[in-house]
Amino acid sequence: MLVDLAGGWSPMLGRLAWSQIPYDNPILAPLFVAVVIGAILVLGLITYYGKWTYLWKEWLTTVDHKKLGVMYILIGLVMLFRGFIDGLMIRTQQAWGVGSHSSGVFGALHGYLTPFHFGQVYSAHGVIMILLAATPLLVGFMNIIVPIQIGARDMAYPYLNALGLWITAAAGALIMISLFVGDFAHNGWFGYAPIFELQYSPGVGVDYWIWTMELVALGTTLGGINILATIIKMRAPGMTWGRLPIFVWATLSANVIALTSFPALQVALALVAADRYLGAHFFTAGLGGNLMLYTNLFWIWGHPEVYFVILPAFGMMSEIFPTFSEKPLFGYITMVLASMAIAGVSWLVWLHHFFTMGAGPYVNSAFSVATMLVGIPTGVKVFNWAFTMYRGRLTFNAAMLWAIGALFLLLIGGLTGMMLAVPAINYMVHNSVFVVAHFHSMLLTIVYAIFASVIYWFPKVFGFKLDEFWAKTMFWLFSAGTALVFVPMYMLGFMGMTRRLDYVFNTVWHPYLLVMEFGIAVYMLSVLAFFALLYVSIRDHAKNQVGADAWGTSRSLEWLTHSPVPFYNFAVLPHISARDEVAWRRDNGIDHVQPDHYEDIHMPNNTGVAIILGGLTFVLGFALVWRIWWLCALTLLAIIALVIYRSFKGDPGYIITAAELEKMEKEAMRREAQVGKQRRQAGSGVLGEAIAYERSDLPPLVSRPSSPVGLDHRS
Amino acid sequence: MSSHASNVDPKTAELWDKSHYQHDVISTRTFGYFMYLLSDGMLFATLFAAYGVLSYQHSYFGGPTPAEFVKPWYTFAQTMALFFSVLTYGLGMNALKHKNKSGLINGLIAAFVLGVLFLALDIHDMMHLASLGITVATSGGVSAFIVLTQVHAAHIFFGLIWILVMMAQVLSKGFTTDVVGRLLTLRMFWHLQAIIWVFVYVFVYLWGYMS
Repeated sequence: MLVDLAGGWSPMLGRLAWSQIPYDNPILAPLFVAVVIGAILVLGLITYYGKWTYLWKEWLTTVDHKKLGVMYILIGLVMLFRGFIDGLMIRTQQAWGVGSHSSGVFGALHGYLTPFHFGQVYSAHGVIMILLAATPLLVGFMNIIVPIQIGARDMAYPYLNALGLWITAAAGALIMISLFVGDFAHNGWFGYAPIFELQYSPGVGVDYWIWTMELVALGTTLGGINILATIIKMRAPGMTWGRLPIFVWATLSANVIALTSFPALQVALALVAADRYLGAHFFTAGLGGNLMLYTNLFWIWGHPEVYFVILPAFGMMSEIFPTFSEKPLFGYITMVLASMAIAGVSWLVWLHHFFTMGAGPYVNSAFSVATMLVGIPTGVKVFNWAFTMYRGRLTFNAAMLWAIGALFLLLIGGLTGMMLAVPAINYMVHNSVFVVAHFHSMLLTIVYAIFASVIYWFPKVFGFKLDEFWAKTMFWLFSAGTALVFVPMYMLGFMGMTRRLDYVFNTVWHPYLLVMEFGIAVYMLSVLAFFALLYVSIRDHAKNQVGADAWGTSRSLEWLTHSPVPFYNFAVLPHISARDEVAWRRDNGIDHVQPDHYEDIHMPNNTGVAIILGGLTFVLGFALVWRIWWLCALTLLAIIALVIYRSFKGDPGYIITAAELEKMEKEAMRREAQVGKQRRQAGSGVLGEAIAYERSDLPPLVSRPSSPVGLDHRS
Repeated sequence: MSSHASNVDPKTAELWDKSHYQHDVISTRTFGYFMYLLSDGMLFATLFAAYGVLSYQHSYFGGPTPAEFVKPWYTFAQTMALFFSVLTYGLGMNALKHKNKSGLINGLIAAFVLGVLFLALDIHDMMHLASLGITVATSGGVSAFIVLTQVHAAHIFFGLIWILVMMAQVLSKGFTTDVVGRLLTLRMFWHLQAIIWVFVYVFVYLWGYMS
């Protein structure tokens, strides 16, 4: 049943052997040493400060959606950095290995990466950026914000939430370990049949790729179910569908996509695994396999997936623009409909990824028209944001700058997307770097929205604001990097440069590639600015404390509770009366009204089961990659046994009594009163800070003509 | 006109929940599980799509086609085993409504035995095919046939483990919220597998036999 392997295999270690550790690789070996030293340093520091118990009790076993969200975001940021380094390596290779006279080192004829290594770098870059950077970052924000925005104390299934996080972490660990044990796939992030078949890729790289993606798919499906159930079942009283904050709507539409599309990825990759492990013939070049079946199955997931990542980003922008325009969102209902429309159309466009398959004019026309249809709801959104800012009282702080940057990139990416939707144009630029520049514009829209959200929601989670100066510095450096890398890339695409070149034969392209290399160096500066931002903000955190409504102009429900959000979110669940509840309360002068008495509340217990299951899925993935069958069987049994154990044990949860609750609430309110006093004394010393507490004397916004058309916004 | 305008009067508005609002635990869990089943349905839909694409004459590469090796009457026995398993599970759940523990356990035992019968027939069939040299490595078409049917069988296998676990939980814990919720979700799971099997039987076995 199992296929015969060309290389060695032993029952004990599978394909694992010392020769699989790339200790002679001049790039990986020093990196490995650095990683080991770094790991020892971190673990040593934790031990030195005696933080293991704290780490285990407060973070590793937590089921608190905010802490899980923070850990999702940390994983996302670490993987974003790794993916960025991959990008840096790609750019450097293409700036170096140009023309037949270019030098080569480390065994490469041109540049410093051999073609096989270069293939692994761009494949890892794609997988990491989409599935292990963008996805965890967005899922992290959904996790933190959605329950607070709908007035819930936690997600519908807190334990499942922790499980989703640790499975995602296992996927991240699996792709990281592929650096030092074995190799990674060289077939691009989406894979090509039949190059990923065992015959043509006999190493373990493709197997790492399969099981990493399978784990992410599993984690995201579980997370999607949880978020959907949370939104549908856990809303506070009065939180009707018409009053749902727009980020929740965006999250809902995105997770409808996740729930329905990720199974297609799981199947597509499982069939690749069947080919590679069992000798099946789904995608082989002979014996009845069908190469394009794989490409279709993959993109049936792949295209909905890109909307799965862009829709939450749209939701974030829809929260940030109104807050810093001091106006309600323009066209709430059209925004909701647009999100749902995008989620629906996302299922009808997958073939535009391979118009050149040769499906014929009728099929291509249908998918071309469907693709252009996406422009309508997206256009609605862009105009809604523009009208939200129109005649608003704009505050150009760092969060707003990032959001506006996202809007500009969306325009560029969207319009080039409309060009690519025309099959005639698509045939010209297919597989050129024009396509690469297009989808990087779209994905950078997400990155911009994410950094806007990091700045926007950071005070909600941690109780203090990030430093404005460094946040803006980072924004301008990042934007300069974006322009320097991707404008030349669009131009090179028109000149016919194809993607994934490890050796650039045409020296005419060299100046452009050098500009892009300079651009990536500017990106590097923005990464350093990000570290400075974190350092300065944490150093000065006492100065930047905030109250419940951190920005003073916030609108949705998450700003009603304290900052940082207590672990129970709301001491008494709010009763919702309006769409922008916090703005409504503020405008009517009832934003400081607190509940008059408290009652016992029920909270879930922490559990170590989730992280152990995550560890076991990592071992299972590793054992599958290296075909260590006894270990596969053992971990699978352990997983089943642990799930059954947890099912028997259950979680009765625990009670926070009304007295304890009152004590914690008094403490939080005392802190907030102090923050308010300090702020009034400090005045408007810090850029963009004054608004929060000094505009309360302005007349309420109700009296301003804020909505240009007569839509009935009442819910 | 602004969107935060509300027809609620702020002076008399209820700002904090006083109704002791409680989320319905069983309803929340069964709803979430229903969504998991939707994703499971998408998984099978994708497998059916792959089967459809790989069921042309050339997909069998000159090798055996389902018309040569499927036995509709044999598989009909499997169908009946699974349907009666779902029926007995349903009768057990009916006993649950009357808080009849032994009735429920009897229903679960019958569902388990019939499920095992289904799985045994499936394994026997697969071993028979293997003895004829028809395996997943024979051709693209046969790969699709075997993977689709065996993914369904794997679902049945895990469902059987789950039935055993539920029997133990009913006996040891009684009808707690957790246990009743799990019995309901297991029922949905078991029912969905029977529905999927209808499609497998019609499109893979009957259609395969006819073509």
